[in-house]
Amino acid sequence: MARINSPAELEEFRKDIISKKDPNRPCIAVCTGTGCLALGAANVVAAFKEEIEKQKLQSKVDVVDIRETGCPGFCERGPIIVIYPEEICYLQVQPGDAKEIIFETILGKKIIDRLLYVDLTADKKVVHESEIPFYKNQKRLLLGNNIKIDPKSIDDYLALGGYSALVKALFHLTPEQVLELVKNSKLRGRGGAGFLTGVKWEFARRSPDKTKYVIVNADEGDPGAFMDRALLEGNPHAVLEGLIIGAYAIGSHEGYFYVRQEYPLAVKNIGIAIKQAEEYGFVGKNILGSGFDFTIKVHQGAGAFVCGEETALLMSLEGKPGEPRPRPPYPAVKGLWGKPTNINNVETWANVPLIIKNGSDFLTSIGTEGSKGTKIFSLVGKVNNTGLVEVPMGITLRDIIYKVGGGIPGGKKFKAVQTGGPSGGCIPEEFLDIQVDFDELAKVGAIMGSGGMIVMDEDTCMVDVARYFLNFLTDESCGKCTPCREGIRQMLKILTNISKGRGREGDIELLEELARTTGDASLCALGRTAPNPVLSTIRYFRDEYEAHIKDKRCPAYVCKELISYYIDPDKCQACMICLRKCPAEAIDGGKNRIHIIDQNKCTKCGTCFEVCPSRFGAVTRLSGEPVPPPFPEEKRTIVRKSKDK
Amino acid sequence: MNEMLLQIDGKEVKASEGMTILEAARSVGISIPTLCHHEKLNPYGACRICTVEVEAGGRTNFVPACIYPAASGLVVRTRSEKIDKTRKMILELMLSHAPDAPALKDLAKEYGADRDRFEKEPSFCILCGLCVRYCAEVKKKSAVGFIDRGPNREINFIPEIASKECWNCKECFPLCPTSYLQTAYHLTEALAFPSSSFLRTRLRGTPMLGA
Repeated sequence: MARINSPAELEEFRKDIISKKDPNRPCIAVCTGTGCLALGAANVVAAFKEEIEKQKLQSKVDVVDIRETGCPGFCERGPIIVIYPEEICYLQVQPGDAKEIIFETILGKKIIDRLLYVDLTADKKVVHESEIPFYKNQKRLLLGNNIKIDPKSIDDYLALGGYSALVKALFHLTPEQVLELVKNSKLRGRGGAGFLTGVKWEFARRSPDKTKYVIVNADEGDPGAFMDRALLEGNPHAVLEGLIIGAYAIGSHEGYFYVRQEYPLAVKNIGIAIKQAEEYGFVGKNILGSGFDFTIKVHQGAGAFVCGEETALLMSLEGKPGEPRPRPPYPAVKGLWGKPTNINNVETWANVPLIIKNGSDFLTSIGTEGSKGTKIFSLVGKVNNTGLVEVPMGITLRDIIYKVGGGIPGGKKFKAVQTGGPSGGCIPEEFLDIQVDFDELAKVGAIMGSGGMIVMDEDTCMVDVARYFLNFLTDESCGKCTPCREGIRQMLKILTNISKGRGREGDIELLEELARTTGDASLCALGRTAPNPVLSTIRYFRDEYEAHIKDKRCPAYVCKELISYYIDPDKCQACMICLRKCPAEAIDGGKNRIHIIDQNKCTKCGTCFEVCPSRFGAVTRLSGEPVPPPFPEEKRTIVRKSKDK
Repeated sequence: MNEMLLQIDGKEVKASEGMTILEAARSVGISIPTLCHHEKLNPYGACRICTVEVEAGGRTNFVPACIYPAASGLVVRTRSEKIDKTRKMILELMLSHAPDAPALKDLAKEYGADRDRFEKEPSFCILCGLCVRYCAEVKKKSAVGFIDRGPNREINFIPEIASKECWNCKECFPLCPTSYLQTAYHLTEALAFPSSSFLRTRLRGTPMLGA
């Protein structure tokens, strides 16, 4: 491919790509994002290819294209395929389905019922992607294109109008005008703090140094969060285009992608995208003949959570240990190698081309007063439709969890939703109707963070949740400053003690005091937000803490040291199911002999509770009360009247 | 050089560009406690005992005085109920490591810190980094460094360097507020310098370590 040297050449080339694509030609788009790959998407693709080859040999016609795409978000039901031009969406497709799909749907134009989404609320099957409730209630400005393009093909991106925002910026706008557009859009950083992107850019632009850097922060480290990964894997050129535009506005000629090496597919796809962009002349010297130069390097992080903090990221990029630096000086003044540097999150950069192309009103028309545009959340935990959801700012938590997420599985009750990753807060039911934006979440003691959203049901112990997140943070703290290193260590110790029944009067108050010191005096945002899971769970679930401390009771039956399993002798039918399934061989009994759990051997795995037939319901959980003494041996034999002859 | 005017504890203080709040405060005799600070070393901001309250642009923030740059119009408070509480807690966290370190004991008295508030930790290093930074910045040897992170972070001598450089230096020893450093050094010496005089004299004669 020859370099493109002007906007006119680009438009010519774009027309050429589009003209070669027949919009009516069938195409099977298979999600090959990391989630679907884990569910076997690669085998599905292979099966389709094999089937298509066979077709070619038999009938000498090439009937269908296959496109390997990035993640469209509905990971719960992967592998996902969408068949164009009808946009038929099949879920949980297996390699064995390939032949049938080619014959029935592609050649026979018939829908295969069993692969469709079943909308249980309306009791009907849904054919098109856009009608599935999970998608219907989203607004997918950033993720929407993932299924429409092959992320390894720059031509696919160009066919959808890609790099036209770059042309507009370079040829029709001054850097100041680009900056003005971004400022007016009120875009706030999607990495967590929610700082106004345009203002941040302006700081870097105004810094007097000639050498400036722009960086994509793709060090996504929250457990269970994969928004940035999906964007980089599925639509890397959108992020790249945003970065080049930002560099132009800021006056930078060198950029970096800081991606964690645990994202091999993202690293690969972004590498391919940069190479293609270089070949086409969107990156490098004299971009599209505009005179603007910009080069990009990819740096792989080693997977430390703290390196998502921008100053720690800079240290890591410089080859030093990933420990945060004090601010001020801010990176906009003294960043990478002492030069002014602007760092934005993947999702923030991906918003930029949209703003440039459609104007700042495009973004301000969506969202709330203080937070504009959409936000991608990774909706996980105890929710029916786990996956990536992109929703307009201002949607309620209830709509995300129930309309998009499809509610809580197994008819369980909702308990809390944790937003903002490990240092976010847990929000209880009473606040489910708040509008999700940066400020409202902060008001209830949580944060937007980068978009993690973990739904918890009634079987979740909030002390255990706080302990889990503090355990994560204690591993991930860099250990430089005292309040974070020691404060988290002590908070974790107290939480562990409480969950093991060793909690003491005054522990809650001590936790609050530690949380205050850690939150006030730590060096970076990791320490300053680390108390959130502790404080928010104390604030909304204090009774659970008290039950653990005072009654040595875990209300959700999670903390193993505080619960016991017990077989009710009046209900036990000696069916031997639990006896056989018990992995610790802790159940004594036999045919017609009432079963008893040996409390000394029991590991509290809960298997007996799960397998005991519900018509018997003999296995119960106890917490905060003693286990009744073993049933007397002489009464253990069951005499079955029906079988007596 | 630019002169700036800021307010510390109600006093108007003149400072010049590049000065920290700590330096500005000390120039007028206002004392702020420090542990990881050393005049010969770059500001580090790790121990956070020098935390002060800074009001700027309508917002109050807790910042470490040893690194925070002095700026015109800043309103700084070096003592308040909140600051004292924070320092007390930071001290108590450190005392769980080094309950008998003189520097900590003095501060504990001033801030009413309870040395037994938290369970004792096995290592008595408070990770102020004075030794590591002194060796790197002043001696340019880096014979001692940090390893691991979070609560597992510790200082360690690098045997290959320490065996060559440390025997006639030991300038870091008096810097250590808890004397952990000396123990770490002797341990390294015992384990990793097989030809050192230490081993020759000690191991042949009286049994040591744990005897």
